[in-house]
Amino acid sequence: MARESEDPAMTKASKVKRQRKKKPKENKTRTVHANILYDNAKGEENPNRHYANNEIKTTKYTLLSFLPKNLFEQFHRFANVYFVFIALLNFVPVVNAFQPELALAPVVFILSVTAIKDLWEDYRRHRSDQEINHMDCLVYSRAERRYVEKYWKELRVGDFIRLRCNEILPADVLLLSSSDPDRLCHIETATLDGETNLKQRQVVRSFYDLDCDFNPLKYNSIIECEKPNNDLNRFRGYIIHRSGRRDALYKENLLLRGCTIRNTEEAVGIVIYAGHETKAMLNNNGPRYKRSKLERQMNVDVFWCVIILLVMCLFAAVGHGLWMFQYGDKRPVFDVLSPEGTDLSPIMSAIYLFLTMIIVFQVLIPISLFVSIEIVKICQVYFIHQDMELYDEETDSHLQCRALNITEDLGQMQYIFSDKTGTLTENKMVFRRCTVAGVEYSHDANARRLAMYQEMDSEEEECTSHGGTLPRRDSVTTHGLQQPHGQCSSPPTSVLIPLCCVLSTDNPSSVLQEKDITPDPQLLDKVNDCSSQMDFMRFHSQPTSQLPSDLADIIDFFIALTICNTVVVSSPNQPRQKPRTQGPLLWCNLFMFFLFCTTWGVVSIFSRKEFNFSPVHLATFPTKTASKGCSSLLSSPSAESTLTKLDEEQTPRGLEHAFSPVPPCYDGKGWNLEEGELRYEAESPDEAALVYAARAYKCSLVGRLPDQVTVELPHLGKLSFELLHTLGFDSTRKRMSVVVRHPLTDQITVYTKGADSVIMDLIRPPDTGSSKGKRQKKIVNRTQNYLNLYAADGLRTLCIAKKILSKEQYACWLQRHLEAETAIQGREELLFESALRLETNLHLLGATGIEDRLQDGVPETIASLRKAGLQIWVLTGDKQETAVNIAYACKLLDPEEEILTLNADSQVSIGRDSTEQIYSSSSPSSHSSSHTAAPFTVHRLGLVIDGRTLAYALDKSLEDKFLAVARSCRSVLCCRSTPLQKSMVVKLVRNKLKVMTLAIGDGANDVSMIQVADVGVGISGQEGMQAVMASDFALPRFRYLQKLLLVHGHWCYSRLANMILYFFYKNAMFVALIFWYQFYCGFSGSAMIDQWYLIFFNLMFSAFPQLITGTLDKDVSAETLQQLPQLYVNGQNSEEYKPYMFWMNMIDAFYQSLVCFFIPYFAYADSDVDLFTWGTPITTLALFTILVHLGIETKTWTWMNWLSIAFSIALFFTVALCYNASCPTCYTPSNPYWTMQRLLQDPLFYLLCVITPLVALLPRYFYRACQGTLFPSPVQVGRQLDKLPAETRRNILSLSRVKMHLIETFHCWPIRELVLVLCSSFSCACKRIKTWIRRHCGLESALIFLRRFLCSKAQQKHVSVSLN
Amino acid sequence: MVKQEQEIASRPDNTAFTQQRLPAWQPMLSAGIVIPGFVLIGLAFIGIGVALFVTSQSITVMELDYTGVERTSPCFRCSDPNVKNCVCQLDFSIASLFKGPVFFYYGLTNYFQNYRRYGVSKDDDQLSGDLDSFTSPSDTCSPYEYDSNNKPIVPCGSVANSMFNDTFKLYQIVNGTKKQVPFDGKGIAWWTDYNVKYRNPSVTPLRDAFNGTVKPLFWPRPAYELDPSDPANNGFINQDFLVWMRRAALPDFRKLYRRITEGDYAQGLPAGNYSLEIAYNYPVLSFDGRKKVVLSNVSWMGGKNEFLGIAYLVIGSLCIVMSIIMLIVYAKFKFPEEE
Repeated sequence: MARESEDPAMTKASKVKRQRKKKPKENKTRTVHANILYDNAKGEENPNRHYANNEIKTTKYTLLSFLPKNLFEQFHRFANVYFVFIALLNFVPVVNAFQPELALAPVVFILSVTAIKDLWEDYRRHRSDQEINHMDCLVYSRAERRYVEKYWKELRVGDFIRLRCNEILPADVLLLSSSDPDRLCHIETATLDGETNLKQRQVVRSFYDLDCDFNPLKYNSIIECEKPNNDLNRFRGYIIHRSGRRDALYKENLLLRGCTIRNTEEAVGIVIYAGHETKAMLNNNGPRYKRSKLERQMNVDVFWCVIILLVMCLFAAVGHGLWMFQYGDKRPVFDVLSPEGTDLSPIMSAIYLFLTMIIVFQVLIPISLFVSIEIVKICQVYFIHQDMELYDEETDSHLQCRALNITEDLGQMQYIFSDKTGTLTENKMVFRRCTVAGVEYSHDANARRLAMYQEMDSEEEECTSHGGTLPRRDSVTTHGLQQPHGQCSSPPTSVLIPLCCVLSTDNPSSVLQEKDITPDPQLLDKVNDCSSQMDFMRFHSQPTSQLPSDLADIIDFFIALTICNTVVVSSPNQPRQKPRTQGPLLWCNLFMFFLFCTTWGVVSIFSRKEFNFSPVHLATFPTKTASKGCSSLLSSPSAESTLTKLDEEQTPRGLEHAFSPVPPCYDGKGWNLEEGELRYEAESPDEAALVYAARAYKCSLVGRLPDQVTVELPHLGKLSFELLHTLGFDSTRKRMSVVVRHPLTDQITVYTKGADSVIMDLIRPPDTGSSKGKRQKKIVNRTQNYLNLYAADGLRTLCIAKKILSKEQYACWLQRHLEAETAIQGREELLFESALRLETNLHLLGATGIEDRLQDGVPETIASLRKAGLQIWVLTGDKQETAVNIAYACKLLDPEEEILTLNADSQVSIGRDSTEQIYSSSSPSSHSSSHTAAPFTVHRLGLVIDGRTLAYALDKSLEDKFLAVARSCRSVLCCRSTPLQKSMVVKLVRNKLKVMTLAIGDGANDVSMIQVADVGVGISGQEGMQAVMASDFALPRFRYLQKLLLVHGHWCYSRLANMILYFFYKNAMFVALIFWYQFYCGFSGSAMIDQWYLIFFNLMFSAFPQLITGTLDKDVSAETLQQLPQLYVNGQNSEEYKPYMFWMNMIDAFYQSLVCFFIPYFAYADSDVDLFTWGTPITTLALFTILVHLGIETKTWTWMNWLSIAFSIALFFTVALCYNASCPTCYTPSNPYWTMQRLLQDPLFYLLCVITPLVALLPRYFYRACQGTLFPSPVQVGRQLDKLPAETRRNILSLSRVKMHLIETFHCWPIRELVLVLCSSFSCACKRIKTWIRRHCGLESALIFLRRFLCSKAQQKHVSVSLN
Repeated sequence: MVKQEQEIASRPDNTAFTQQRLPAWQPMLSAGIVIPGFVLIGLAFIGIGVALFVTSQSITVMELDYTGVERTSPCFRCSDPNVKNCVCQLDFSIASLFKGPVFFYYGLTNYFQNYRRYGVSKDDDQLSGDLDSFTSPSDTCSPYEYDSNNKPIVPCGSVANSMFNDTFKLYQIVNGTKKQVPFDGKGIAWWTDYNVKYRNPSVTPLRDAFNGTVKPLFWPRPAYELDPSDPANNGFINQDFLVWMRRAALPDFRKLYRRITEGDYAQGLPAGNYSLEIAYNYPVLSFDGRKKVVLSNVSWMGGKNEFLGIAYLVIGSLCIVMSIIMLIVYAKFKFPEEE
């Protein structure tokens, strides 16, 4: 058999080979042959041998290439090149300042730290690669004629692999066979795009009809397809059979690496792309690197440092030249001739000296700054990752920092651009209301229930039980492909959960809200009524057209809800078993009913005794039998154990308890349990919501096949609709339709569901003459009113319509449709046109209102972010009404605000409109507020702009005007905006206003916006991973943004800013010491500080405390930062690191170094002190001064700070003592033998150590003390709040919140005002707070001013403010 | 169970460290701490300052410039570089007892021993008695490495070459006769220099070790003949040589020459007239330098230095003044409403 098929394939292979030889570069396609045709031994003949194998290697280096490659990469950084240059300069004898080997130490140290970091990262990548490469899969072996286990890495293109349920795909595989009766294979693509719904993949057409199992040995086709590319949604190619027949291949045939097989017992496929050529790997790009604002600012100051360095060197060089010149020809005895014995001219020695000085002063350029910043940032990222409050239990995910080096930017944001759907809202649709045939059904009970859940949710937030969580398939990891969690082997865990969902109604959860809809009693009665009538008619074989039209509409409405979608019915984690006939299903129902009615004890015995076969065992059963359909529900081991467990818990409570948690069941049938098993997997959440809604009215979707939909209706039982066509949803048509044959009427019916704006236009214009037509018109009008109402409530509206086609009409349409379907060119366009032809003259059935619930805590988050001075813009693709209502719901817009709505048709009008509106809205405000103090009433505006107007506004000529308008508004809402517009808005604001922008979104439409913004945040939610992939930070929930920005952003910023400033100070202070000395050594580049201290001072002695402070220091506690969002302004205005602060630090550094230099200078003047006995105390003093300086700047002292400072000092003395005792003759030229030892016996040394740091730091300390108590910055007030006892603090903060609306009127208010407000309203609080408050607000005049202001406000607001 | 484990897998650790809740001390710069702190520090500093100042006042110092720049100076004759082996005499008187032990220093001004290229110019191995370095001195010594005949200079280098070579004799004039004040030249250098850092090669007689080498250019005598009076005080462990080799930190410096600890002068120099006999060799006029001798006694804190005492006093007072200022400020702004 194999031999037979080998020959033709061989010839083909050789042909391919020849082709490749001919045009190796122009080969645009990939040809894949089956590997089994080729023996392993004859590998060189295998045409697939040139393709990448499945072994992945994401490491950058090999053992050999590490050193050269890593060094090469590191030298791309300019600073490293500079330091190497300096180190090499030291090898030139004329200019050298230190021992050359020693001068290499810093740069080697820096390079090796980075190299070790890179090595470690690479090793981790290697480890995860190994893990993945050694996962198992089943590959068909030619020798053994069966599937054998192999490692992933051994897989090659052209191999046949067998995939079992819940396995992860090892490569991109073309699906050739599936155990599914419909030749489908379901996959979950969560690791690729994060979408958790199941996707269907089809077996290649030509293998569709294969009756028996697929036999790889019989396979002898050749596949030609595209070269590997990274487009997940495209795959084109064709398969050439031996017969010469060609079949096209689509993306529906391809299973992608990293996906998981679900609901399919077994599938067989051939590997098309492997390893690095798989689409998933090609899509996998690493973390992004951005430069933060702080770093940009820092680089400016590094540049200044270079200038200072050059000035200092130049100064010294000139000084040295002059010094040499003054001696003229008289050579002093201490002068040294050049090695050649000749005299050096002053100019030459000045030039040499310039270079020497660069070496000596090199410390001024903070060599370790870059490394330190990296270390601190890694720690910051670690802490952000570790934060419990940013961890979402429900999805078991926490915040991911994908960009490692812009954490501090989080503390400096000024504008937030947010998507709406999925970002502010949950993107979990809940059916809220509907209108059928012009009658509104408000579903009040449902609304009440939802409200109740919401309350319970908020109450139980802390102690959420896991029982109600979504059946979680294994967690989605960032590098999902690189970190498999052995999904195949772990027993499925989610079987328990759906059962629990059904069993325990006292378990509030979002899932329950989505699924369980309390039906409107009125509508339910009508449905029952209607269906019983229909049943009656069917029984008496009367035509159903006699049904009253409103009732008919109702039943049609629900049928449409049920079938007009692409929802897949599944039972979790089970191979899909579709009963085709009603018999087994009834049996199954009965069985389930039986299960339900008996106690769980019976079930457990039952399952233990009879259902103990494994899934593999099951597969050998003859297919499509009832017993299999049912047993498979219970057969998985975990299901059994779960039931057993349930049994143990439930049995003692007895039968009543088993019943009680079950929701009331109307017909007494065992539906609920069965429906609990059925899960609806929809591509968009609103489809699922509608299907669940229909189910609440007993119209449940029980099965969907490519050609048939099975619906269960009350009284009527199961009905199978023959599915003739599905015209899928697209964003241009904004609707979808199904064409079915109605089983009762046998009519061909089109059900259409879509956006109201399009459906309403397609409604058949009612015939105004007849009464029916009038009624119809009334219905349409009423429905339109309700639609407006729904939109005003913030609901997403959909219209449902139907159309009955006569046989002729259908035949006519069908013909052209088939033509379109079979067309080769422009098939999409033809199908589109065909759909347009069908969807006309519709009959309106009704409309639905679906609520997209706000995520938890969104209004609070927005409120507090706004208090933090952040401008929030919402950019959404939704329509204006919905967007505005959501904006109100999430407190983005305030009812008190005036809303400017810009809906313009032309460019001219918008320009005029906007200015006029601004003008008109500001003038009445000035009237109304004339009786209050004018400066406090900044009128608040909100701007709403739609997509079309936005397009005009973004035009070059109008953008400035638009920005001016937008800036004067408190909030901006852009609706109906395209992804491109979103990114243009962000870009405009970022570039024109020069502000820091943050974009947050969850969907693919937000990607461009996320990429443009300074910081992009992705919500790892419902809509896939594209946003997350593009983002710098990925959050599980919107509300986490609050802590991320207000707390972590603030901390990261203030820590890093302070650390950078400290670094500049430290280096300048240390280097200046040597500079002063030049005045006393003839500017000769001599240093009184020993070369070891000089080089290791930065790297070792003073390095650790600043790292600890830079990582751990908290200027204000997390609680206060969140409760007083105003403190965020600190970062927005870059208050921790302003340009002048660099210079202040420099001045302070020079002052301190003067003190540290001249106190020892005068103390040792006129003595016989030698160079290093004098220099070592200076080093020690500098160290003490620098550490105490850090101490003044440190806000919180943990044991780690103490330890690091103690360690620094201990390290210095230990090193000094060891160094000074180690070698009497080494370390030329300094050779400080026994210096430190002698110094420690000198009382003068200790006296210096006491006075010098104190004198050096007195000004700074005095300034800090005065400023901290007299003119505290907001942050300092926050810190003082932290110090208060918890009780008092809570009082103050709650009061401050009460008063916040007053304070909001200050646009950029200082904290003083806050304190004053607090102060004046404190008659109720205890005296201690009062005293504290008093201490912080001195200015009498301000108090009086504020008192007056408060009084006026109190009159307005009826807030009783008692002042004393 | 499996489910729980999985959840814990990605759930962050709830520890004080990872949640950044380590117990911390928050120093608050409030008036209550700052003002008393300043007062305390101020008082302590004033105390130390007074002690230092008093100690410093008790020290007597006498400086005698003998450069001979002025015509009236007894050494003016010798300052001419062409005059060789010049000896001059400097007379002075002491009014009251100069309390002992008296330290006798020579001082140089405007002399840059800390000049970088000067400081490098020595060979530590040679000075530690390494005979290999005798024959081939280190490069750092150049150009004082080999003489014109290409013979190695020992000790090589500029530092050794420029060794101070004036010598002093102090006489007390008692009833018109000169009575020499005995000098104690032992232990004027660092103990570690004498015993560890510098060594003569273990060759006896010492002179043999220097075979094939030449003395530094400026030196009148080779290293093994530095002190003819005491054979043990020769070579690299000559005390004067050791003192010279320890480079001064600043251009105006003094170096210890001798101590006066013996005989009649153990208690100090009695009041009376003295005469200092100087063998004037060292040229300083080329760089505007000055030469002087300094007589001083020492206390626990070293030589006379009023600076530190004054600094402590000033800073102490400053602290107190600051605390008063702050008190006033607080009183004005903070406490009026404290009823």
